[in-house]
Amino acid sequence: MTTNELPKEPNELDRLVAAARDGDRPAFDELVRRTYVDTYTLALRLTAHEEDARDVVQETYLRAWKGLKGFRGDAQFTTWLYRITANTAYTTVKRRRRHRADALDAMIEEPVETRIEAQPEESAAQSAALARLAGAVEHLPAKLRVLVVLKDVYGLSHEEIAEELGISVSAAKVRLHRGRKRLRDLLYDELGRDDGIARRNDRAV
Amino acid sequence: MRCDEVARLLPEAVEGGAAVEVSVQRHIDSCLRCQAELARYRKMLRGLQLLRTRYLEPAPGLLAQTLAALEEAGEREARRAILNGRRLAYAGAIGGAAVAAGTAATVVLVHRARRRAAPVAT
Repeated sequence: MTTNELPKEPNELDRLVAAARDGDRPAFDELVRRTYVDTYTLALRLTAHEEDARDVVQETYLRAWKGLKGFRGDAQFTTWLYRITANTAYTTVKRRRRHRADALDAMIEEPVETRIEAQPEESAAQSAALARLAGAVEHLPAKLRVLVVLKDVYGLSHEEIAEELGISVSAAKVRLHRGRKRLRDLLYDELGRDDGIARRNDRAV
Repeated sequence: MRCDEVARLLPEAVEGGAAVEVSVQRHIDSCLRCQAELARYRKMLRGLQLLRTRYLEPAPGLLAQTLAALEEAGEREARRAILNGRRLAYAGAIGGAAVAAGTAATVVLVHRARRRAAPVAT
């Protein structure tokens, strides 16, 4: 299930971050409450696997709590959290990719996004298009998916992404380029018709 | 410039503010096929940006598990801090005792040396 609503109270968030940096655990718990859906969403988009996403969320907040004193506040707290999530998810994906061939096949048969209910304010066509797009993102190889999600969905810079993934900026650009091209091929067929994914699924059946 | 050459550049050219060579831009301006391809990339990018505002609801229990993991990590940290504090206290006590013993031994040795060096009264 999805929601378009997430509480956005920047000042309140800043106050909680300041308190948590001073060691206030209840303040940090409140930060977790307010941001965990956002963190889970990113983790799931990066890993394309629910169990991994849950592990990534827990690990992300453990790392955030330990590293909060080092958070200087020159970026938004949420952006800082995205970077930790990206780093954690990338490590998880790399570690588990080799052991997950069977589970990955099962996941591709039922992409996460297809189980999402449409939002009332969206047209059915828009909802379907977005679900299809999200499904295509899940079909991307993990190395390319991470780049597309972090850059094109979450707006992180090449430099930020490269730093968190431990790769060069030029490697990040190349992977993003390949990811977009692959995504385009998944969404559209050779003639540019909007049925790349549908045709692939038909062939799979 | 050919369409397949331009197609290879489009994944980058689609980004707002991306520098596109004049020859590429000229080709796109005059080629309906490449214009349509660029439009597909732009539509894809807009869709990806929209995904940012679609949150996926986790299965129940994730929040409670995350808070419990934090709690457990906090307790471990506190226990470690206490142990480290005790170790420091023990080390300090042992160090203090050693210094005190050393000082006492020095005083005794100095005292003896002075007694030996002092002239015997007749």
